[in-house]
Amino acid sequence: MRVVIAEDLALLRDGLTRILEAFGCQVVAAVDNGPSVLPALTAHRPDVAVIDVRLPPTFTDEGLQAAVRARAELPGLPVLVLSQHVEQLYARELLADRRGGVGYLLKDRVSHVDQFVDAVRRVAAGGTVMDPEVVAQLLARRAGAGPLDELTAREREVLGLMAEGRSNAAVAARLFVTEKAVDKHINSIFSKLRMPPSGDDNRRVLAVLAYLDGADTRRLPS
Amino acid sequence: MRSVDASVRVLLRTWLRPGAVTAAQGLLIALLSLTTHVALFVLSLAALVLIPAFGVGFALFPVVTAGVRVCAGLHRRLARWGGVGMATPYLPAPAGAQFGTWRRFRWVVSDPATWRDLAWLLPGAVTGAVCLAAFALPLYGLEGLIGVPLVLHTFDVWYGYGPFWPVDHLVEALLCFPLGALLLAVGVAAGRWLVWLHVTFAGFFLPPTRSAELALRVRQLTVTRAETVDAQAAELRRIERDLHDGAQARLVALSMSIGLAEQLVRDDPEAVRRLLAEARETSGQALAELRGLVRGIHPPVLAERGLPGAVRALALAVPLPVDVTVDLPGRPAAPVESASYFAVAEALANVGKHSGATRAWVELRHTGDRLTVVVGDDGRGGAQATAGGGLAGTGRRLAAFDGTMTVTSPVGGPTVISMELPCELSSPRTSPSSGTG
Repeated sequence: MRVVIAEDLALLRDGLTRILEAFGCQVVAAVDNGPSVLPALTAHRPDVAVIDVRLPPTFTDEGLQAAVRARAELPGLPVLVLSQHVEQLYARELLADRRGGVGYLLKDRVSHVDQFVDAVRRVAAGGTVMDPEVVAQLLARRAGAGPLDELTAREREVLGLMAEGRSNAAVAARLFVTEKAVDKHINSIFSKLRMPPSGDDNRRVLAVLAYLDGADTRRLPS
Repeated sequence: MRSVDASVRVLLRTWLRPGAVTAAQGLLIALLSLTTHVALFVLSLAALVLIPAFGVGFALFPVVTAGVRVCAGLHRRLARWGGVGMATPYLPAPAGAQFGTWRRFRWVVSDPATWRDLAWLLPGAVTGAVCLAAFALPLYGLEGLIGVPLVLHTFDVWYGYGPFWPVDHLVEALLCFPLGALLLAVGVAAGRWLVWLHVTFAGFFLPPTRSAELALRVRQLTVTRAETVDAQAAELRRIERDLHDGAQARLVALSMSIGLAEQLVRDDPEAVRRLLAEARETSGQALAELRGLVRGIHPPVLAERGLPGAVRALALAVPLPVDVTVDLPGRPAAPVESASYFAVAEALANVGKHSGATRAWVELRHTGDRLTVVVGDDGRGGAQATAGGGLAGTGRRLAAFDGTMTVTSPVGGPTVISMELPCELSSPRTSPSSGTG
């Protein structure tokens, strides 16, 4: 798997490179500032990009902007965004193109090396991986008057784990139920959120997006 | 027909309604001036005279002065009708200055504003009395205009109007119509001017003098500076304590685990694995604590997205739909941005916790040289900035920037908290925008 890394702190850049290479990935480029991200991505066309939100020269959200721009120019390019803090606002912006292949994680998660590498692989394969903290923030929100309210507590739980990017098998293991039961829950979620049958991956992204949008029904796909 | 209709409406809007308002203002000012000024002046004099006589004056003068201040305060408020804003000039009362005490007397007597009020009472009564014309003249004009002289003349009542005294020809009675119209016009035009005259004259006496204004300003700055310094110090102490008991302690534990693992690496790989897992756990907790701390000092999203983005991020964290409207052509200074952010955060936290609202809204606007921040909700109302509460703290924080906060929250709602901060914007950026979170 070919990876491009954008991270300004040398210590972290080297750490990420080392971890990914230890797990058989090939780091084709590692850049340390916002403006170089897009050229590196167009030049190398990696399988996945790992990008820090805050990059020079402005040290604001250069990395996030670069990730969104890159996905506009190279549609479907898998991007995993890392940050010291997570914001629902940013999660929405990353998911706005409804395409999947998006990850958004706290940098802390890198320390669980195997889980982190797993997340990188899932994003590269077109999955959606949201940090558990984003999901926790959402669970803390009291439900409004939207289709999400029709979900049972169990279904919300399943949707939360889907948002974290877990496969059906992983969800089943986490909730101590059979994979078949998870399948049933997921189908029920799709129908309650009024999602037409289509590719399962895409529907997962849409469901997660609906989840992020909370009670706001206007953003649901028609 | 329609154009006549329109011109009547224009006449009504531009002429008659303001005329009626001015007449009412004139009547009110005149009544106030005629009834209270002279009485208050006489009472003040009497109290002053009684000071050497029996000492009764010591107790009486402050009481009368309180009355004078109410009266002057009323005229200060009325001054807005003439387009003149007036601040209250009085020195704040010292502690323990109840009525009847020597301290109270000294406070009243040593305030120059007391004597300026007193000096204004009689001349102010004159200019106020003149304002009666603003009411009487249009009324008299109206009398002629609607034909009262004509009616009375035809009923053969002895009656005079204007220069006809008495009215004894039909021609004279008919002439009362144009005369009445003229008097009405003059009365309305002059009325506005008379009210302006009264207010402008009061402007020489009632507002604070330049030095009193500066003294008030210095006092306010001293108070807000002391509060800011205290709050800052308390904040630093809290951060120090949080770091000391939290992240710092965890890093110590972390380095101990790693050191121990180093010792055991050859003999007990299983223990080393456990220690490293523990170390990772600890580092995760330290990072989470640091993240929380950083959010409280300067939220990263504020640094990355400025006030509009940070407020949208806040809106997303509230468990109900929040409409965010932003109209900022540039970026406020960083300290103002930060104060506004925490003010909105506090207000929205209250909405989420106490209001029982189904919708809320946040508006950020910059007009003139002021940043206006409004947070509202459709909840049950009854919010108050109680001492020691979050809202009072917000008010204090804004005061450091000469900002103000008003809370409107009748029982039953809606609650609207509006905050204003004087500030300049930098780096013009044109994108008024809005969204729902």
